[in-house]
Amino acid sequence: MKLKLKVWRQQNSQSEGGFQTYDVDDISPDMSFLEMFDVLNERLINEGGDPIAFDHDCREGICGMCSMYINGRPHGPNRGVTTCQLHMRSFHDGESIVVEPWRASSFPVVKDLVVDRSAFDRIIAAGGFISVNTGNAQDANSIPIGKDIADSSFEAAACIGCGACVAACPNSSAALFTSAKISQLNQLPQGQPERYRRTLDMVHQMDKEGFGGCSNTGACEYECPKEISIENIARMNRDYIKASLCKD
Amino acid sequence: MSLDAKIPPGELSKKWSDYKSKVHLVNPANRRSIEVIVVGSGLAGSSAAATLAEMGYKVKVFCFQDSPRRAHSIAAQGGINAAKNYQNDGDSVYRLFYDTVKGGDYRSREANVHRLAEVSGNIIDQCVAQGVPFAREYGGLLSNRSFGGVQVQRTFYAAGQTGQQLLLGAYSALERQIGMGKIKMYSRHEMLDVVTIDGKARGIIARNLITGELERHFGHAVVLCTGGYGNVFYLSTNAMGSNVTAAWKAHKKGAFFGNPCYTQIHPTCIPVSGDHQSKLTLMSESLRNDGRIWVPKKKDDNRPANQIPEDERDYYLERRYPAFGNLVPRDVASRAAKERCDEGYGVGASKMAVYLDFASAIKRYGKIEANKHHLDNPTEAEVITLGKEIIKEKYGNLFDMYKQITGEDPYEVPMRIYPAVHYTMGGLWVDYNLMTTVPGMYALGECNFSDHGANRLGASALMQGLADGYFVIPYTIGDYLSGEIRTPAIPTDHQAFVDAENSVRERIEKLMNVKGKHSVDHFHKKLGKVMWNKCGMARNAQGLKEAIEEVQQIREEFWKDVRIPGSADEFNPELEKAGRLADFLELAELMCIDALDRNESCGGHFREEYQTEEGEALRDDENFAFVSAWEFKGDGNFELHKEPLVYENIKIAQRSYK
Ligand SMILES: Cc1cc2nc3c(=O)[nH]c(=O)nc-3n(C[C@H](O)[C@H](O)[C@H](O)COP(=O)(O)OP(=O)(O)OC[C@H]3O[C@@H](n4cnc5c(N)ncnc54)[C@H](O)[C@@H]3O)c2cc1C
Ligand code: SF4
Ligand code: FES
Repeated sequence: MKLKLKVWRQQNSQSEGGFQTYDVDDISPDMSFLEMFDVLNERLINEGGDPIAFDHDCREGICGMCSMYINGRPHGPNRGVTTCQLHMRSFHDGESIVVEPWRASSFPVVKDLVVDRSAFDRIIAAGGFISVNTGNAQDANSIPIGKDIADSSFEAAACIGCGACVAACPNSSAALFTSAKISQLNQLPQGQPERYRRTLDMVHQMDKEGFGGCSNTGACEYECPKEISIENIARMNRDYIKASLCKD
Repeated sequence: MSLDAKIPPGELSKKWSDYKSKVHLVNPANRRSIEVIVVGSGLAGSSAAATLAEMGYKVKVFCFQDSPRRAHSIAAQGGINAAKNYQNDGDSVYRLFYDTVKGGDYRSREANVHRLAEVSGNIIDQCVAQGVPFAREYGGLLSNRSFGGVQVQRTFYAAGQTGQQLLLGAYSALERQIGMGKIKMYSRHEMLDVVTIDGKARGIIARNLITGELERHFGHAVVLCTGGYGNVFYLSTNAMGSNVTAAWKAHKKGAFFGNPCYTQIHPTCIPVSGDHQSKLTLMSESLRNDGRIWVPKKKDDNRPANQIPEDERDYYLERRYPAFGNLVPRDVASRAAKERCDEGYGVGASKMAVYLDFASAIKRYGKIEANKHHLDNPTEAEVITLGKEIIKEKYGNLFDMYKQITGEDPYEVPMRIYPAVHYTMGGLWVDYNLMTTVPGMYALGECNFSDHGANRLGASALMQGLADGYFVIPYTIGDYLSGEIRTPAIPTDHQAFVDAENSVRERIEKLMNVKGKHSVDHFHKKLGKVMWNKCGMARNAQGLKEAIEEVQQIREEFWKDVRIPGSADEFNPELEKAGRLADFLELAELMCIDALDRNESCGGHFREEYQTEEGEALRDDENFAFVSAWEFKGDGNFELHKEPLVYENIKIAQRSYK
């Protein structure tokens, strides 16, 4: 396959960026999108140029590190896949592809397609846990949990923290990410003691990081590679309201 | 220097509890002024850091990814073992201990493995308390499945995402301590050297990957949790960034390297499709609970799988190993697949693959479901639809992943699979305390050599990482740190820090100044081919000798001809890769030396010269029942030390899964 790539290049967080165009050929439909970038980078290095920086690690859709905004969509055209799982057979010969970093003021660009998502870690640090020190646990089977609750909690816990939801949202809201963790823990019996405090603390941190508000466009759910449900946002909002009422 | 494993005296089953009640402690007030550096935030690192901080130590954590949550533990799929005996099928601490030692082909240390089995149950308790959503039965209790090399169901899981859920649990414990200010996290930082003062580990040199700055960090102790080195083969199931750098730098500063040649080749991975390939994807061992492995009985049979009738299929694992069938340990399953393909029975375009078939499992589950739903005389189509639902619930994400990569639907046609490099049993040599041969420097998780002998059983790495981090190091580190309470923090303008930083800087400059013609990957691919062909699934003396020369040659070319674009004082992924490859190029030689030295076959180390008539690994217990611990003696020179393995509680025997 032959392709025309328009890629965002930006030296560092301070400098201004812009698009550059590259023609690539000899691309096999069996390659992953990142392997196509490997081929291009190998060529740039051989030509004495500067390879394109992008984040990636596991290359199997689970670490949440890869993050490309492809033809106007986070992680590209297919639903339920990350950039690293996207294969070139999803594109046609001769196609032009535009590749940008996540765009959100809370995710500043580090270089080219690499952004800083440390705000997500700080949201988790604010309350995305159950306070139990090592060694204090009771026998695992002494807390039976209905299969439907366990499954629903697991579905929320499948979030990989990639940030596509933020990139997809017109308001750059982090509601889907934040609610996924709240929803995982708030549904479980173990999560009850800190339920309301957790919700308040995480939501406040999310606001403090400068993420926008949620206006229910649903773009996040649509673009999330793990198909995290927007129902989690509803759950978070319910708990947030209850928590705010209790506090007053 | 003589090796002392510091195994506590007494009866095997009492060693750990006796040790815990007698070990020296650091009182809580003193812990506040003691600093610990943890490198790595995978299961081992996150659990260790969180627990040490809960105890009151001042902790710094380093990882090279942009967030600690992305450590490669996240990718583990199938499950985690624990001797809970929830299934009432005869499991016990002793059985888990026995299975692990036998699975490791009698090349691991009894006392460590027994301790691992003892704490395994606490791990599950701890994770559930943290909110890890393990799979459950309708009654609300935890569900289990089986893994290779065992005959009980002791594996806990969360669909095909067990590592993710366990790591997110440990990560949340870590973030909680970060939020409380008790841990300082350094993401996008790479450790490039250990600093030793008066023979003790006292800190590290790390490079800030965004700015390129070199930083000095002091610690009363340094805990390495930096994962495995499977990427020395270029293609493996490891993440792109997985590396040996931290462990290798430690090795060069005096830490012995244990059993470097013990590599695990996992039997069920998606086969290589072309030269562009950057990594291989695992299809979890849990699939062997339900998938049946076969090849056609006829050589070069080009018919599509579904058109090959039942009696023309060779279910070779079931044929050769009736007692364990498709659930033989990994090394056995991998070699059997290689044997069939080498003999010309392989399938797929490359003929280097075998089938993993779910058709009979789909039917079996479908029938059970039909009964549950009280369907009398269900049609075949109804049975299959119901069966697919169950398979989807158990393995859905793996099936999706397979389809993404190959473009084929495994619900309809059997998967094609082939062995791939997956895990390294070798690693830094540690004693019972998990301390390396450098006082004050510890190694936890996959980066140490302990527990798995010459072959790791499935679902035991997650167990080991969390055992080391949550339940072992919090005790054993006290034994050392109790002697350090009078050592004030050493300022980082100490000469040892200055020297270490300078040597790191020189090496980076040297790399940048090569200004050659070829990319880092060019050399890495070359190295990978040599290692896979000559130090991979099967090895022989001739090949290993050649490999040593070839590795030396590639290393020489690399230092003459590598091209790293950009500069050292900016975000520069090519420079990171180059530094890691430079270390792999040194490690690779030691792996071959170790493989050549071990004139026997055991577990994942299969020397073609040493096999039984049936092609099984032939151990030599008389001459090789020891751990090989290599000491670095200057470039390309290593001295062998032996830690004898003594079996007092297990009768050492030829492994049989027939
Ligand atoms: C695809 C796959 C599936 C698996 N499935 C299973 C399974 O089902 N069950 C099971 O028991 N095991 C499984 N394993 C094995 C298991 O996942 C690993 O052995 C285990 O998770 C390793 O954990 P760790 O904490 O030792 O290291 P890792 O999780 O690899 O973490 C290494 C950490 O070290 C950091 N690091 C490395 N080098 C440096 C450096 N120089 N400077 C700073 N930081 C550094 C990294 O950033 C990272 O945080 C699987 C492995 C793979 C690859
Ligand atoms: S909710 Fe989805 S899109 Fe957002 S971070 Fe999690 S996995 Fe990514
Ligand atoms: S690289 Fe890990 S999710 Fe894409």
